[in-house]
Amino acid sequence: MMRSQPRQHHSIFSTLLVLVPLLLALLLPYSASAVIEAVQFEDPATEQRYRDLIAELRCLVCQNQNLADSDADLAKDLREKTAEMLRDGRSDAEILSYMQERYGDFVLYRPPLSGSTLALWIAPLVMLLAALIGVLLTIKRRQAAELLRPAHQQNDKQRVQVRNLLKTAPDLNSQSTAGLQKSDPKGDSE
Amino acid sequence: MSLSSRTLRFGIPLLVFLVIAVFLGVGLTLNPRELPSSLIDKPAPAFKLNLLEQPDLAFTPSDLQGQRWLLNVWASWCVGCRVEHPLLNQLALNTDIPMVGLNYKDNPDNARRWLAERGNPYSKIPMDIEGDAGIDWGVYGVPETFVIDENGFIIFKHTGPLDVRAVEQEILPLFSLSTTP
Repeated sequence: MMRSQPRQHHSIFSTLLVLVPLLLALLLPYSASAVIEAVQFEDPATEQRYRDLIAELRCLVCQNQNLADSDADLAKDLREKTAEMLRDGRSDAEILSYMQERYGDFVLYRPPLSGSTLALWIAPLVMLLAALIGVLLTIKRRQAAELLRPAHQQNDKQRVQVRNLLKTAPDLNSQSTAGLQKSDPKGDSE
Repeated sequence: MSLSSRTLRFGIPLLVFLVIAVFLGVGLTLNPRELPSSLIDKPAPAFKLNLLEQPDLAFTPSDLQGQRWLLNVWASWCVGCRVEHPLLNQLALNTDIPMVGLNYKDNPDNARRWLAERGNPYSKIPMDIEGDAGIDWGVYGVPETFVIDENGFIIFKHTGPLDVRAVEQEILPLFSLSTTP
């Protein structure tokens, strides 16, 4: 196996340096919410709770949108219901469980941890761990390969210089040149 | 390179690919609109709504306590309801299943005209004009069909237009009927 880049482990680390912040950026909660109708609340805190709740609840008609983003009739009704319950002084937990009782776990964008959702919750962690172990093993193996590499392969420039020197030394006896030619392809094919 | 590391190098991605392919393949055959109802084996939510044909009378699910009955959620604006309507007419004609048609967020005049054109399979038609009963029953896509048992518990729910398979294999057995009506 030929490994021609001498600084492979460096490039892996720089890739990680770019990748890790990118992946962390994915964890940022997305704050886009387009509420269609104006809903009035007495204080900004309740309005914020309203916005958080309708971002947390899934529209059941257009299934990949939350209540805040959806223009479906049912989403509008459920937004109204949410606002109504907030005005009645109900807690966030009460509102979420009201929706869950009627529409099931599916209505929650963060389903509760239970037997059927266990895989959903732990799969990302397992995959992240597997990926990390894979990356670490690869880095280790490449570093080991780097150390084991024969000295004459470490610098191709030097190698060419040595070849040129050998070519310009016609006085060398033919046996040693033949030996070099024999061993060279053998070393490459390993 | 030894055989085992070659096997690993090609085997692991292949295995991962196959697992993903199987999961996605199964996922393709599932109906994303068929959500598990959280109301199965729960008491039918109560409501008291006026009837389309006799607006001065009301219907409430406890009226049918002690009977096994069917609740069909429909509306004149609902396209899927047109598709399943002939099946409901057949059910009404050939069985004595009590069929209640919850008229969901509809205009009463449109609803009456719709039934006059297509036939009325329902024994009672409560009008849920605001859609509040719909929310309590977890309705998210009309038409929906529920079966409620003698004790007032929901034992079955079908989302979307009924088809012959659903009627023959799922609904009729619940009423101890087996053949095509």
